[in-house]
Amino acid sequence: MHTDWPLWEVFIRSKQGLDHKHVGSLHAADAQMAIENARDVYTRRMEGVSIWVVQSSDIHASNPDDAESLYDPANDKAYRHPTFYDLPDELRHM
Amino acid sequence: MQTMPASLLPDTTIINTNARISYVLYLADNALILGHRNSEWCGHGPALEQDIALSNIALDLLGQARHLYQYAAELYNQLNPSAPVTEDHLAYLRDVRDFRNCLLAEQPNGHWGQTVLRQFFFSCWQYYFYQQLQHSNDTQLQAIAIKSLKEVTYHLRWSSEWVIRLGDGTAESKTRMQQAAADLWPYTHELFQPAAFEQEAVSAGYGVTPGSIEKDCLGRIQHIFSEATLSVPVTQPGLHSGGKTGVHTEHLGFILAEMQFLQRAYPGSEW
Repeated sequence: MHTDWPLWEVFIRSKQGLDHKHVGSLHAADAQMAIENARDVYTRRMEGVSIWVVQSSDIHASNPDDAESLYDPANDKAYRHPTFYDLPDELRHM
Repeated sequence: MQTMPASLLPDTTIINTNARISYVLYLADNALILGHRNSEWCGHGPALEQDIALSNIALDLLGQARHLYQYAAELYNQLNPSAPVTEDHLAYLRDVRDFRNCLLAEQPNGHWGQTVLRQFFFSCWQYYFYQQLQHSNDTQLQAIAIKSLKEVTYHLRWSSEWVIRLGDGTAESKTRMQQAAADLWPYTHELFQPAAFEQEAVSAGYGVTPGSIEKDCLGRIQHIFSEATLSVPVTQPGLHSGGKTGVHTEHLGFILAEMQFLQRAYPGSEW
């Protein structure tokens, strides 16, 4: 297949959503084509109102092997969670 | 295999003597035949993403065709309530000579560049055509135009970018695009030449004067071609026409043979 077309990650913001969510990836020659491909591949059922594309090679990820040192220390620190407050009803999107 | 009952076949005399039905069928046939051509790419596109893109366009065109055939059937049934027809009768049970689509729509897919250029020429025409049709005094046509225009705007954008990409691409892609332009150009002329039913449609206030959008179409083509570093072919005598009056190129018969086979062999069968 078209190995010369780079891979892009696609993020779509849905009608109700406030943030863009990762929905998948695709191949495209440039950013413009990536947005149009994303429109055709990922918004056919009216999923979105906004599209972001990022070239996959520009995403830097954490190493799964580091999981213990990165995340486990938070385990026993319950005071970091805002679970001791009563939220008023008017407050949304929390 | 059953024989097709004669009453199922749409009465061509009713269609041919009624300008409004002819007009709606002309628009419906355009959309159906190009939609069908594009659908031939399904599963064969140069990349999965583009396969889906062109299939989406095919489905858009099929959707437009359905609205138009449904409306044509409604008009037909008002005149001939004793043997009513549906959208399917009009799409599947009319012969080559009864189809009114422009010759451009039925031209073979060729290579990818040829397909996107055919789409570009057609979308360009459809874009300006539907803009005008929004002012039709026929509320059905008006509604179809408004809905279709959103789709066509995207088709035009998508096909324009491909024309630019391939025209201003490699030496090979540029040569192929320039050749495709030379091959398809003679078929564009017909879109702007009025058929008798179009002239009636214009004087009755529900149709678009074909020549009135030629300047806008040409301007858009020149603009995109210059970005694509392609030259617009010179218009010469010997341009093709006849689609609107049922005189087609040899390609349409093969399209219909494949498209209509099931309904002809098994009348009335459904999914």
